[in-house]
Amino acid sequence: MLLTVSNVGKAYGGVRVLGGATFQLAPQERVLLLGPSGSGKSTLINIVCGLQSPDEGTVLVDGVPIAAADGSAAGDEVRRKNLGIVFQTLRLISALSLRSNLALAQRLQTGSSDEGVIGETLERLGITHRADARPSELSQGEAQRAAIARAIVVKPKLLIADEPTSALDHANAEAVAKLLLELSEQAGTALLVATHDDRLAPYFSRTLRLESGKLADSPTAQGVPA
Amino acid sequence: MLSLAWAYLRDRPLTTALNVLLLSIAVAMLILLMQLGQQGTDRLQRDAEGIDLVVGAKGSPLQLIMSSVFHIDQPTGNIPGDSIELLRRDPAVGRVVPLALGDNFQGYRIVGTNEDFIAQYSLEMAQGAYFDAPMQAVLGAEVAKTTGATLGQRFIGSHGLAEDDSQGHEHAPFTTVGILEPTGGVADRLILTSVESVWDVHGIEHDHDHDAHEHEGHDHAEDAHSEEENAHEHDADEHDADAHEEGGAGEPDDRAASDRRPVLQAASQELEPELTALLVSYRNASGAIRIPSMVNRQTELQAAVPATETARLLGLVGASIEGIRLFAWLLALTGGLAIFVALLSMARNREGDLALLRVMGASRSQVFATVIMEGVITAAMGALTGLLLAHVLIALASSAFPVMSELGISAVDIMPAEFMLCAAVIAIGAIAALIPAWRVYRLDPVHTLSRSQ
Repeated sequence: MLLTVSNVGKAYGGVRVLGGATFQLAPQERVLLLGPSGSGKSTLINIVCGLQSPDEGTVLVDGVPIAAADGSAAGDEVRRKNLGIVFQTLRLISALSLRSNLALAQRLQTGSSDEGVIGETLERLGITHRADARPSELSQGEAQRAAIARAIVVKPKLLIADEPTSALDHANAEAVAKLLLELSEQAGTALLVATHDDRLAPYFSRTLRLESGKLADSPTAQGVPA
Repeated sequence: MLSLAWAYLRDRPLTTALNVLLLSIAVAMLILLMQLGQQGTDRLQRDAEGIDLVVGAKGSPLQLIMSSVFHIDQPTGNIPGDSIELLRRDPAVGRVVPLALGDNFQGYRIVGTNEDFIAQYSLEMAQGAYFDAPMQAVLGAEVAKTTGATLGQRFIGSHGLAEDDSQGHEHAPFTTVGILEPTGGVADRLILTSVESVWDVHGIEHDHDHDAHEHEGHDHAEDAHSEEENAHEHDADEHDADAHEEGGAGEPDDRAASDRRPVLQAASQELEPELTALLVSYRNASGAIRIPSMVNRQTELQAAVPATETARLLGLVGASIEGIRLFAWLLALTGGLAIFVALLSMARNREGDLALLRVMGASRSQVFATVIMEGVITAAMGALTGLLLAHVLIALASSAFPVMSELGISAVDIMPAEFMLCAAVIAIGAIAALIPAWRVYRLDPVHTLSRSQ
């Protein structure tokens, strides 16, 4: 399994926001994590990304534990090597051009940048003409594509997107979801998208429903590839 | 991370430029003070080395030292030529070097002296030979370089110690017979000739019929020499008016000395060729106790000790230099404070970026280093700009104010302490960045994410 989440729980100030979350993600699998606001999606995504420690349970990425990763060098390493992450608002480094953002992401992962891969990624996302633009000069749609480009340019094993379409209308949200699926398929990358928008569910082979901190669906019930 | 730090600095050019400017002004001030203080002091001490006493006309002892040892100020006046014998007779005196000043060539002083000057300053010839006949001249290394003079070339000295081609001694050209090796001292900027040549230029008879000359105020005796009246276009009244500017063996500069001298000479009833000063080296330590008081008892002479006067001069300027140095360090600290404020503000405004860096896999240490590098780069730019600015200012000042080069302060000489200063300023930049860097080190990306979603 590429990602194994076992009995992960988290509480804030005595209020349990996540409990017993368990699921697995196989390589190249595309999964939607669906839940309303406040259901614990972002907490679960943060824990999976190694940005936050769970109070209980474990998370393995490609067999390596990422739990208690916030601030640990091991967590940084796992995240750097395996994950590409797209957030709703934190998209690009403000002082760098789009091209430089992509180059920085590559350098953080491998210590060097590859102009060829950067150019190819920009072209695939249709934003080559904005390569030298600063983030503040990009439109909402361009910025979202740029954030995806930054996440996939490092060729991650798992692409994670947290509410990537929340600021978009349905047509654009649908376009972004299709783009993520297409890119992950082309790159052979697993995909985990967290959203409250259940209209995206048909595009994914499997959906995890999170309500009040509990995962409603069993991962095996959705036919996870062996 | 270095390129990211640089990108952030470029992202706020005005703040960065102001911080760099503040630090560069502080660094430039400190370097200027270092150069003035250290090179100036070194030069003064080097030029005065081996000279135990200077004997000259009564007046300011500091002025006497400045004019005769460092060749900066105007002489206090002239002294009788036979004063040299008074000192040479003393068994405690090792060497007496006569100096006869009064003219210049393109701003470089023409010094009438003898071979003892060569020995006093341990001078060596680069080309040609020492002067051994009237109107022969040996040029200091800087003089030869600046004027482009070569052996055998003739040149005409101008009256006074400051450059003024309108008062040339066309009737008495000098011939260059030698060029000195560079010494890094005052001799580089002097033109050496015999004392007799200086007297000849000014029409002062020597070693014969002195009574034929009217040495009134040593005004070149132009009134007595009809053949020289045309050559010297200035009259005695002009000399009185310009007395301070045109001092020397041929031209006393000090008004009080000018007023006094006719009386003294009238009293002596004998007009002798004069000298500007004598540089004295003792043979033994007893000279230091006895000779200054012996000299000061003479009506027309005063003795000044270079070490004492130099220390007095440095003491006078030292307090001012220390005050300016303190101000410059405060300015550098203000620059550090400005970096601190800018980075602290940045740390708040850029939390999203820094959280994203963590999301992208940057470690806490890398994010910390990015902020430290911003402080270090800003300070390094300030230090290097200040270093450059200081030396450009020295170059400009050297061309505008001859006293700078006369003090031996050169724009191309970089002192090791300047690099230490730059390192200190860079350290200030790093220290100023510490607290903002610590803030971002402790930044919780999840907290930032939750606020930004």
